[in-house]
Amino acid sequence: MSQIELKHIDVTFKQKKRTVTAVKDVSLSVEKGEIFGIVGLSGAGKSTLVRTINYLQAPTNGQVVVDGTDLSHANAKTIAAARRKIGFIFQNFNLINNRTLAQNLAFALTAGGYPEKQQPKRITELLELVGLADRQDNYPGQLSGGQKQRVGIARALANDPDILLCDEATSALDVETAEEIIGILKEINRRLHITIVFITHQLEVARSLFDRVAVMENGRLVEQSSTYDLFAAPQSDMGQRLVNRFLDTDLPDKVKAQVTKQTGQLLTLRYRGSDSLTPIITKIAKQTGIDINIIQGRVEFIQDKAIGVLVVFLTGSAVAVSQAVQIFHQRVDYVTEVSAHE
Amino acid sequence: MNETITILQQNLGTALWDTGKMVFISGFIVVIFGTLIGLFLYYYSNPLFAPRPVLNSICGFVINAIRSLPFLILMVVLIPFAKLVAGDPYTPLGGAVSLSVAAIPFFARLAEGAFAEIDAGVVEAARSTGAGFILIFQEVLFPEALPALIRGVVLTLISLLGYSAMVGTIGAGGIGDLAIQYGYNRYNTGVLVSVIVILIIIVQIVQWCGDRLADHYTR
Repeated sequence: MSQIELKHIDVTFKQKKRTVTAVKDVSLSVEKGEIFGIVGLSGAGKSTLVRTINYLQAPTNGQVVVDGTDLSHANAKTIAAARRKIGFIFQNFNLINNRTLAQNLAFALTAGGYPEKQQPKRITELLELVGLADRQDNYPGQLSGGQKQRVGIARALANDPDILLCDEATSALDVETAEEIIGILKEINRRLHITIVFITHQLEVARSLFDRVAVMENGRLVEQSSTYDLFAAPQSDMGQRLVNRFLDTDLPDKVKAQVTKQTGQLLTLRYRGSDSLTPIITKIAKQTGIDINIIQGRVEFIQDKAIGVLVVFLTGSAVAVSQAVQIFHQRVDYVTEVSAHE
Repeated sequence: MNETITILQQNLGTALWDTGKMVFISGFIVVIFGTLIGLFLYYYSNPLFAPRPVLNSICGFVINAIRSLPFLILMVVLIPFAKLVAGDPYTPLGGAVSLSVAAIPFFARLAEGAFAEIDAGVVEAARSTGAGFILIFQEVLFPEALPALIRGVVLTLISLLGYSAMVGTIGAGGIGDLAIQYGYNRYNTGVLVSVIVILIIIVQIVQWCGDRLADHYTR
């Protein structure tokens, strides 16, 4: 059985006379020990969805099963017990500002029923884990954003959770600090085998952290695949929009106009593996008798596997060009035809 | 001049003591009950806990009703109640009863505001640990609201000091009564001015201490 199972989750909010649907019929399962990501634009319903997992948000319809416990029919006590085994990391850290780091962690430990006498030892241990052992008596206001998030992680780990939920945990941090936090989370996942569910709008995070990923749009889950597959060949509209923007294959308008002054076709190619596309390109050129110019090209690594990104411009007779486009569609994982006046 | 000094020598000590009794007894009661009612209002209106709109509106209505009455009228209406609780309504203790009734709703609103101002994310984080409400109150709501609560206490104490003068005139004594009896009714400007100066000093000291204390608990 999967560790987390969401079945047909709906969440609606009543606002005055309007009913707003934040999550619509979402079903997904997360396996033990994996890092599962949910990406989407803000307002897609990601935050609401992730909060149904520990029942901070009760779904309007549907079933939440965590470690075999059906939270949908559970009483407050069972839900509180489930929460103790689910750590939560927030975008804005959400530490108690008027309490020291040690007191912040002591609160979480007490909530989890950790014996008071052993708390100081555990607090030192937790702060050591995130590299803040010497800051026990500091207040959150004395820390940088990255350090606050480390405390957030320590707090989430206080009661040896099986699951860690992360709500945009790196979005309020600069790139370097975000990478640091991602590194810590990876380490935690590897060493402690904690399942991580991470939601974000940043595809950088998806690339470097997720094993599997789901895409959300307007409250619905529109795509679910391995991270590598999402980047190599996104299926949904939203997936394509997010990935295209991230891989940034859009050429500047000026360049586009210049290239397409001649008649021909601009193509974006994406292909799996680090092998060169040159043989295919040469072959297609020979076969159809067109010219193929490479405008831009690079290789991205996702989950240690390569994805090649290439922008090419085909010129020749209209028939030959459309024939070549067809062959590219057959031979390459992901092809988009770029029009000059988009 | 000599008369002023004589009056002050004979009466000021008792008057200050009576005012102090009224303000501190009522202040103590107000802070305890006001905080509890404020917490109650917060708990039943916050979507993170247990929103009960009907219960909340009823409670809100009662509070607003008490606050709608001018203190002068409330004080008179409460004379029988003060008699019941304190025995003699025309003593500092009797005065403290009506002061408390008037100020509890006032402080309850301030306390509710202090709790409501806490970042919802912090409360959500607390709930995500599986903590119960009492623990969340002790370790999150109280420390995070404490600076605002202290400022609310200062505001309330200063208001109580002002209203205690009114209670004083119907027989509870105190420094306000001194000013009215000697300064106003007997045309002794010296007494009036002295009382005003003393009140200004007291209010400044209370405000200064409160600000320092609030700052101390803000990290």
